[in-house]
Amino acid sequence: MGRKLLLEKAHVEGIRHYDVYRREGGYRSVEKVLKTMSPEAVVEEVKKSGLRGRGGAGFPTGMKWSFLAKPEGVPRYLVVNADESEPGTFKDRYLMEFIPHLLIEGMICASYALGSNRSYIYIRGEYWWVKEILEVAVQEARNAGFLGKNILGSGFDCDIFVQPGAGAYICGEETALIESLEGKRGNPRIKPPFPAVKGLWGCPTVVNNVESIAAVVPIVNEGGEEYAKLGTGKSTGTKLISACGNINKPGVYEIEMNISVEEFIYSDEYCGGIANGKKLKACIPGGSSVPILPANLLLKTAKGETRMMTYESLSDGGFATGTMMGSGGFIVMDEDQCVVKHTYTLARFYRHESCGQCSPCREGTGWMEKILLKIDQGKGSMSDIDLLWDIQRKIEGNTICPLGDAAAWPVAAAIRHFRDEFEWHVTNPSEALVRNYGLANYAKPLEIAAPTA
Amino acid sequence: MSEQKQLFKVTIDNITVEVEPGTTILNAARKIGGDVTPPAMCYYSKLKDSGGKCRTCLVEVAAGSTADPRPMPKLVASCRTTVMDGMVVKNITSDRVTDARNGVVEFLLINHPLDCPICDQAGECHLQDLSYEHGKGASRYEFKRRTFDKHDLGPYIQLHMTRCILCYRCVYTADQVSKERRHGVLSRGDHAEIATYIEKSLDNDFIGNVIDVCPVGALTDKTFRFKNRVWFTKPVDAHCNCDKCSGEVQLWMRGDEVLRVTARKDEWGEVKDTTKGEPGWICNTCRFERKKISDWVIEGPSQVSRHSVISQGHYVGMKKPNETVAKVMGGRDPKLLMNIKDVSEVNQVELSEIKGPATSQVFKQLKKGN
Repeated sequence: MGRKLLLEKAHVEGIRHYDVYRREGGYRSVEKVLKTMSPEAVVEEVKKSGLRGRGGAGFPTGMKWSFLAKPEGVPRYLVVNADESEPGTFKDRYLMEFIPHLLIEGMICASYALGSNRSYIYIRGEYWWVKEILEVAVQEARNAGFLGKNILGSGFDCDIFVQPGAGAYICGEETALIESLEGKRGNPRIKPPFPAVKGLWGCPTVVNNVESIAAVVPIVNEGGEEYAKLGTGKSTGTKLISACGNINKPGVYEIEMNISVEEFIYSDEYCGGIANGKKLKACIPGGSSVPILPANLLLKTAKGETRMMTYESLSDGGFATGTMMGSGGFIVMDEDQCVVKHTYTLARFYRHESCGQCSPCREGTGWMEKILLKIDQGKGSMSDIDLLWDIQRKIEGNTICPLGDAAAWPVAAAIRHFRDEFEWHVTNPSEALVRNYGLANYAKPLEIAAPTA
Repeated sequence: MSEQKQLFKVTIDNITVEVEPGTTILNAARKIGGDVTPPAMCYYSKLKDSGGKCRTCLVEVAAGSTADPRPMPKLVASCRTTVMDGMVVKNITSDRVTDARNGVVEFLLINHPLDCPICDQAGECHLQDLSYEHGKGASRYEFKRRTFDKHDLGPYIQLHMTRCILCYRCVYTADQVSKERRHGVLSRGDHAEIATYIEKSLDNDFIGNVIDVCPVGALTDKTFRFKNRVWFTKPVDAHCNCDKCSGEVQLWMRGDEVLRVTARKDEWGEVKDTTKGEPGWICNTCRFERKKISDWVIEGPSQVSRHSVISQGHYVGMKKPNETVAKVMGGRDPKLLMNIKDVSEVNQVELSEIKGPATSQVFKQLKKGN
């Protein structure tokens, strides 16, 4: 059983409130940071921990913090990205709902490290009840003297504000989030300048995921080096995975990043196997925008190694035979699922959520959706599959923000790995309306290419 | 010497140019001119923060700078990327760029109504130019196009949202040029539209400039709608004493009739600077009210610098774009499969020498003269 750092106390009765949280050892890290450490030491500790951003891109958090520009006389801001809207990802909600003080504790430490006196939580509008929980928690922390002026007599002022979004996926992109937080239309900004130089109200800003900020608490408490001992290689520490789909035990799991994907899906400690005794067909291991993988590539990499739940192992083989850790939205699909329909659902989502600012994403996502619907309805032709491939290729990398990539990758991966199924939909339109393609050969063992001399 | 600004050397398609630090790649390429300049649908040099949206100006950066010669992994929007010393940029010499640009043009056109035959912008439409250069003969899009209802923006401006490519130029114009902005972008994604939230008319002194900045026929002048095709009208420079603006305008005339008044535009289709060096935005009174020839002091025929259909019929003072192909190819001349001048009678004549209607008589005379 792996160690739990974030959710260890999540089920203690009343942990949502300050008294219980404090009794269980909460806010120790704030005391430690404010009384014994300098801001640079905190950044150094986070760097040592090797913590990688938990929002999707996996960029080292300590590095991001050290890029923050520090001009004289200009305020700096910490913004926590709680706009968790990726289909399949619900880990941050769980964390904020059950143990909100952990986030606030992490934010105080991070604000101290970054020199932010006003920090913001930008929370998804649909999480209105979580917003209320957070506001209560912030008020409790303020009453207890952990927020406000001169915290614990250290001379450091910090306050936290909770700002709900208005229900747009795009506002999870950091610059769109900043625009929205400023009260404007949530359009992503054109980078550079990066938020670390010019972010919220033109000031240097760090935007971090909820889980990354929460992970600062155990890093401070135990020390960065101790934290780095967990996990494997460059994937240090623990990761929250929100597992859903056709599994026996959907939910949020905190894993130490040293278990295999197979163990995660089939062991009783985690997902508990595929529901109803079905077989595994495919899986999206990091939230809807990362490439889908068929069962055979998911459990073993193309080199024949066991695929682990780590950043490196999941992305082993690039996009040709690998995928990404993403935000940890683990979507499992059994043999009864139709990949075409699934891809259509995702394309519909991205079309709806595209901000409409840059042309490839605005026009391309709608086009892909229409073609996928056509194939799904049995009216497609073989050339449509190639056209889809061409469209996604022209969206990817040519847009302002990563939403274009996020819309293109699932389509690309579905065609790359499940072309048989797309073709079957085209050649057997009437059959495709009444039954699914099934498991086909997607779980067959891979042929391992002989090593080339 | 210390006061002298250090210039950055940047190489675009094998042509090196020196520009001031902080210049964007697009503006550096415009300094060279000709084919190596990326097209820009949303960038407008006179409007702050514009650009980066249409993605037609994507270029490949083959080397970031002398200090860090690594190439940039993605194509970058040249209108928003500033040059570094020793930067090497590939525009028309890069297959990736051509491919991406063709893709962008296809995306822009899938929901465009392609109603050029009845569109007032035809002839001076940037999207027309762009699709002429980068578009395909036929579309692969086979679904119903997105349409919008016509939105009434008051007595002077007609919004044809179906034609819009959401460049945001008119939004920035209203913010930066006119006193207040009453229109904006509503909704998101492919159903985003330029609109006023509750039907309101756009009326303040400088709002007419949104017509000039619109790269397509989405915002058109109601006083000129369906009056004439632009290539039948004759552009002349004129000025008047106006207390609101510089009064330096371009009149589009037919005979003695002033059909349309616009701001003067430069070779990139942007509003020119006035003689005083300010951006030549014009006020609504000049644009919509002064439609009599007696209102204006006519300076003479305008210089038509684009190779567009507007230049047809009035070749006087036509400015040719910079020929860069030989330089791009490292000094070699392009190998022609067939030189049209060998077989054509028309092209043996220098068109700019023709003053007046270009009839076959004129051609024959000029040919003899040669």
